[in-house]
Amino acid sequence: MKILHYWRAIWGIIWRECWRFVTQRERFVSALVRPLVWLFIFAAGFRSALGLAISPPYETYILYEAYIVPGLCSMIQLFNGMQSSLSMVYDREMGSMRILLTCPLPRWFLLLSKLLAGTAVSILQVYVFLGIAWCYDIRPPVQGYGWILPALVLSGLMLGALGLLLSSFIKQLENFAGVMNFVIFPMFFMSTALYPLWKIKESSALLHRLAQYNPFSQAVELIRFALYGQFNQHAFVYTLVAFIVFMTLAIFGYNPSKGMMIRKGGAG
Amino acid sequence: MSQALRQTNCKEIALSIEDLSFSYSDKKALDQVSFDIQSGECTVLLGPNGAGKSTLFALITRLYDARSGRIELCGFDIKQQTSKALARLGVVFQQSTLDMDLTVMQNLSYHAALHGIGGKLAKQRIQEELERLNMYDRRQEKVRQLNGGHRRRVEIARALLHKPSLLLLDEPTVGLDVPSRQDIVEHVHRLAKDENIAVLWATHLIDEIYPDDRVIILHKGQVKATGTVDDVLQQTATSSIKDAFYALTQGVQA
Repeated sequence: MKILHYWRAIWGIIWRECWRFVTQRERFVSALVRPLVWLFIFAAGFRSALGLAISPPYETYILYEAYIVPGLCSMIQLFNGMQSSLSMVYDREMGSMRILLTCPLPRWFLLLSKLLAGTAVSILQVYVFLGIAWCYDIRPPVQGYGWILPALVLSGLMLGALGLLLSSFIKQLENFAGVMNFVIFPMFFMSTALYPLWKIKESSALLHRLAQYNPFSQAVELIRFALYGQFNQHAFVYTLVAFIVFMTLAIFGYNPSKGMMIRKGGAG
Repeated sequence: MSQALRQTNCKEIALSIEDLSFSYSDKKALDQVSFDIQSGECTVLLGPNGAGKSTLFALITRLYDARSGRIELCGFDIKQQTSKALARLGVVFQQSTLDMDLTVMQNLSYHAALHGIGGKLAKQRIQEELERLNMYDRRQEKVRQLNGGHRRRVEIARALLHKPSLLLLDEPTVGLDVPSRQDIVEHVHRLAKDENIAVLWATHLIDEIYPDDRVIILHKGQVKATGTVDDVLQQTATSSIKDAFYALTQGVQA
């Protein structure tokens, strides 16, 4: 039964990823500490420096802490996406990626399963983070916690696909530091995670343009609107298209005849 | 080729390689390599470092794609019918590919899931293969706690879970002590006979060859000799595989 085979394989891959995450306690804690530092320290200090006008999806004045929460949810997913890309490079060096790629299923399906597994882990982290934020009195409408789930799946897939794409281009682990500097930081700071678009426009038209076209901004907005029970169609389409583009390129990168694996040379 | 004929073929030719060539940008790694491997036979692929053994394995496992030539597993073309071909293949890579933080059982269950084997059947196969290698009692231990020889045994058990027709081993005994090496060499030779599996064993250790093995000597990407041990000795007019190997690789250290 072919469908049963697919089903077992996808659960096997998701189970392995989640199990690895749970057993690596340091990874779990550090994944949570990062957004919490931003929330408790940065946002608290920044609150008075930044005045926020009422803009959708918010209907009243909100505290800076409340504004920053969707951005931090995306940040969790961004780091997680890059971290699974790190684990891909590591896996490939350790060879378990080879075991995955030699199993008798289409490569796109294996990569997509790997991506879903990473997304599942990131969603787990986001909900724990939102739980802590709730205790800190950041309480979006209850139904927002449900609406946010499909948004998190899409944004997690998009950021994971970006990581996957990068992993097919990175040959060695050391280069991951470069990814931090050249991908994670610019994507995060050049987005609507920390400040709204109109605020960026006040200081630089170029930055505003860059932030607007940054797929990470769109993922943030998708989550922000979902958390307040609204659907941001533009952000949804943008994130979806970005996911499809990144995923296609990643599959290309892992294609045995066309991709980067050969150009990088060496069988080991 | 009809399905029935393919099935019959697998009883005889498990791996067929025809005119296989491969280059890394400007460096030719394999040059018109051709050979067949029969079921129930243990074939030793002998070659110095850099002979093209790992490239050949990467092509058979379809990590890379050959631009010219043909690879068939049990009659299934690796490019056209990838899934069917890969389903018949078990691999032990040179570097360990086990997950160190998972137990032996978890590692094997993961592999079973990837091959679509679930539930009772997976448990039964895992037990069978581990018992055969005297590793069943250690199934709940994390791989990190096992020594090199035992990790290799787990990898061999894993490669056999889905009952492949062809078992590829890429220098599986590198870094192991003598008793562990002997254990593995004996086990794999027994497997070929008892289970009628075709084995392709890459090595540069001449003492791992048994008298009734077939031998392929690969040097600078070319097949220099192929056949039974006796055939190769005759072809090279030498009295030992060691001498034959040196003669064919022009004194390159094994």
